[in-house]
Amino acid sequence: MIDVIVFACAAAMCLAGAIGVVAYRNPVYNALSLVLTLFGVAVLFVSREAHFLAVVQVIVYAGAIVVLFLFVIMLLGVDKAEELALDSVGAQRPAAVVFGLGSLALIVTMIVASDDPITGAGNVEFVDPEQSNVSRLAFSLFDDFVYAFELTSVLLLVAVIGAAVLARKQRRSDEQVGA
Amino acid sequence: MEVTTGWYLVLGALIFTIGGVGLLLRRNPIVMLMCVELMLNGVNVTFVGLATEFGDINGQTVVFFVLVVAAAEVVVGLGILVAVLRRRPGATADDLVELKG
Repeated sequence: MIDVIVFACAAAMCLAGAIGVVAYRNPVYNALSLVLTLFGVAVLFVSREAHFLAVVQVIVYAGAIVVLFLFVIMLLGVDKAEELALDSVGAQRPAAVVFGLGSLALIVTMIVASDDPITGAGNVEFVDPEQSNVSRLAFSLFDDFVYAFELTSVLLLVAVIGAAVLARKQRRSDEQVGA
Repeated sequence: MEVTTGWYLVLGALIFTIGGVGLLLRRNPIVMLMCVELMLNGVNVTFVGLATEFGDINGQTVVFFVLVVAAAEVVVGLGILVAVLRRRPGATADDLVELKG
């Protein structure tokens, strides 16, 4: 029973935050609604015994990514006057809603209509109940997927260099404009 | 009543769809990036739900990689946005059509 209550609260958090991200006009409210959704997802991770991912979700998403969003919003100034009326393709808004409802109906029908929603080959991997979530994840990450893990470091390096280049170029052209 | 994996899949689909609709509706590029994060989180919920169902830790490993890619994407995306919006304050996604060579 407690499972259902936890799931209901977390799902309500997720959906309220998700709708807030789309509906609020002020970008700061959007970012804070995103935090609500991310915390809800972290609660769902805990309820599925993905403890490490729940912690990482809070630290990386809520702690780093949303702060980055807020930093950029503050840097550029809050632009409340976003032209929601502006619509280059006249039918885009209704088309977007139809697309959303249609794809949602499709996915939910696929999940609900099938007797056994869990398809695919069952896991053949030996699962040791003694092992904690963190150590199982560590074995998966540093053993099976060690090359992918190393490649993510390259990805992060490229992202850092890209961000630095973008920021530096901007400053140089500002000086040219100022001169 | 018991929480089944299907509930997580439906919730993941809902979050994904709300993010997708927001991506199509909103014009502010920063908010569009937030909607992409919503879609990624919907998929993450699905991955973790199925990982527990199968007792397979690899589903959680994929979520870990999704987190890394999302962080890199946000860094580069916001860097580009800052570069564009400094030059043209208040630019919407439609104004980016002027970006040519």
